[in-house]
Amino acid sequence: MPDKPKLAFYWCAACGGCEESVVDLAEDILFVVDNVDIIFWPVGMDFKKSDVEKYADGEIVVSLINGAIRSSEQQEMVQLLRRKSKVVIAYGACAQYGGIPGLANEFEKEEILKWVYEDSPSTYNEEKVRPLIKYKANGSDVFLPELWNVVRPLNKVIDVDYYLPGCPPSSKLLKEAVLVLLSGKLPPKGTVLAPDIALCDECPRKDTKPTDLAFTEFLRPNLHNIDPEKCILSQGFVCMGPATRSGCGALCVGGNMPCTGCYGPTSRVKDQGAKILSSICSNVEAKTEKEIDVVLKGIPDPVGTFYRYSLAGSILRKKVSI
Amino acid sequence: MLLDKLTEQTGSKQWQPKIVAFFCNWCTYTAADLAGVSRIKHAPNIRVIRVMCSGRVDPQFILDAFSKGADGVLIGGCHPGDCHYQEGNYKCLRRFQMLKRVISSLGIESERLRLEWISASEGDKVRVVVNDMVAKIKQLGPLGLPVKYKEWAKEMHVLDSEIAGKEEVYA
Repeated sequence: MPDKPKLAFYWCAACGGCEESVVDLAEDILFVVDNVDIIFWPVGMDFKKSDVEKYADGEIVVSLINGAIRSSEQQEMVQLLRRKSKVVIAYGACAQYGGIPGLANEFEKEEILKWVYEDSPSTYNEEKVRPLIKYKANGSDVFLPELWNVVRPLNKVIDVDYYLPGCPPSSKLLKEAVLVLLSGKLPPKGTVLAPDIALCDECPRKDTKPTDLAFTEFLRPNLHNIDPEKCILSQGFVCMGPATRSGCGALCVGGNMPCTGCYGPTSRVKDQGAKILSSICSNVEAKTEKEIDVVLKGIPDPVGTFYRYSLAGSILRKKVSI
Repeated sequence: MLLDKLTEQTGSKQWQPKIVAFFCNWCTYTAADLAGVSRIKHAPNIRVIRVMCSGRVDPQFILDAFSKGADGVLIGGCHPGDCHYQEGNYKCLRRFQMLKRVISSLGIESERLRLEWISASEGDKVRVVVNDMVAKIKQLGPLGLPVKYKEWAKEMHVLDSEIAGKEEVYA
């Protein structure tokens, strides 16, 4: 027992889907449990922060951390786990690029708090009560984590060794990653543990992708039917495949939905949103400003479409406050 | 007296816009060259980067320029129909139309990004465009993203010192 390598899971600003993907290992989880000791996993087992603090620095072999960092508590926890771990893996799109929570960077903190605690239709809060970070109750101080102004990917807060992309990462990738770590043959630091080629490469509709695309309009999957045989992009739907890393097995396309880009870009691309914008927009057929704008109107929310998972990790990171 | 002189001096050293200009080899760069040979004077705020075609300007270059401290980005290409590579300037225009929307929804005024068609013979247009853009960006003021990034990072450093403080107490 004592020589089994220690493994920790932690979640930050995430939906819980990454935890689900661990459970999705199904019977393979028995293999994981046979080979490692899970010493910390708040969503699955009852351990406390103090349990982690008891370990010596570097005693935990691997920490798999999912979720973006957007509060003081998350920052404190990942800094603690960093100190205690030999290897830290950013697990999933949120930890890697900010993910869906990263889209909060399109708004100011005050805008978000006002909407959540005052303006949203389901809120009844006449006195406009907001949670306090510090509060005195029965003579002692009670604290709540503070919300940061910026949502950050994990590597902007702590040093990250490897990345497992995806929303969530596929069980296959997780299993492969565990095997690599157990084998002791560690890849170079900073490696993304997934194939370094665009999704189109493993797309089952690859053969129907035309060499030249010419968009005359953009369609949205909630309003139009998608032909289940043909390349989705060629039908006029925004598919992030060309700017997204493969490794998921083209799951969304398999379900007849366009890729939304959760695996992030390949290693040659710095900014996934800018890259897919470049690729898709340059293939619009129109040649005059006016006509181009009419076609591009078919993409009503370019930031939410092109940067769906990568805004916080993108070059601009956040809406610039004026 | 001395104080007046000082303010005058520092005043003259006040912020000047930095503009990154991507000029296509065949038209706008040649036009800028012509402007130089013809001794046409324009504002010195642009840093010209020669690219083979305006279609080579990856949106990542533009975002990178902003994030590293550019206050504006100017792209110069051949007039529609004149592209040396036939379609490059159209591709640039289409990306530009969308990129303007993206940057403005991320809080960067769309006037900070400008696309102009300047043919090889239009040396004087280089002057007009550059001077006009510098004037407009002076009105907008600095974008200063590197400074903002540093400010954003402060919220995390506060906690760092707080934690360090706590650990001292516990030790």
